[in-house]
Amino acid sequence: MGLLIRLDRTGHTTLAEWSAEVMGSHDEAVAAFRRELDAGMLASVPRADGSAEVIRELPDDAELVVLRRPIAGG
Amino acid sequence: MAEARLKKPRAPPGTPRRPGLEEAAALWWRDEVSEATLRRDGRRWTAWTVAVVVVFAAPGIGLLLLSPWMLPVALGCFAHAWIVPRIQARRGARSVVPLGSARGGSRRAPADAAAEGVALGLLGDLVGHRERDLLGRTGLALQRGRLGVWLVGERGALMVRRGGRRVDCWCVQVAESDGLPAGDRVAHLLLALREDEAGFAMVANLGFSGAAWRGRRGLPESARPALDAARALARSHY
Repeated sequence: MGLLIRLDRTGHTTLAEWSAEVMGSHDEAVAAFRRELDAGMLASVPRADGSAEVIRELPDDAELVVLRRPIAGG
Repeated sequence: MAEARLKKPRAPPGTPRRPGLEEAAALWWRDEVSEATLRRDGRRWTAWTVAVVVVFAAPGIGLLLLSPWMLPVALGCFAHAWIVPRIQARRGARSVVPLGSARGGSRRAPADAAAEGVALGLLGDLVGHRERDLLGRTGLALQRGRLGVWLVGERGALMVRRGGRRVDCWCVQVAESDGLPAGDRVAHLLLALREDEAGFAMVANLGFSGAAWRGRRGLPESARPALDAARALARSHY
């Protein structure tokens, strides 16, 4: 099962969940994912080895996709 | 949103898009950060510090040679030679704001307690067991990288180079952090660092580079164990 979350004022918000068993759930997650990217959020998949992969398309096999705001030099 | 808000100049046609961190890709005019560029920047910082010490100490010595009665003025010169590098190191270290610090943005625009709890829960899931313990004690999240061992706060990051003798202090933050819980601010920076370490260093601004003991002195007492742990890791890991 995949989880799409957005880091925001509430801590984080779950935007979508998808699994192979639930028909159409991935498509709904993709739609939510694209909306967030269009709004300027950035997405990555945290890995168990402590790295994270930048993504621009929602993978159907990801367990967790995190949307965050851009960072900037201070 | 990011492009519109930051108003970055467009890359000239034909400029290849940098893979990895989106924010770094937008900074097409900046040099790629590598161990070589970090060494170069470190040497510049050292040369600058030596220059400051010489510029202030040399007149002091000259005055003393002219007359011992010039001692008070010479002491003023020596004080400058001592305090200017110290202020530079302190400013660099203070650009790193530990989680929950009074200088953190979340203290100025606090998120509600429930949001803070949710954010800390996610941050705890992102870091490993030992790093979670260190984060709880010091407010800094430790992350091993290719360039060094990083310590990430609500704002700013500190990197201990391999060998553990030199630290680089980086000014970096969530571009629009209003209302974000403190834990989420750390999570933002930690995720960006994990996505692309060199890109993260490219986006951040180097605020200080120098001996680890100089950076340590500028950190809050409670955050110093994190630097000690990062130095120990930098000595043994690389």
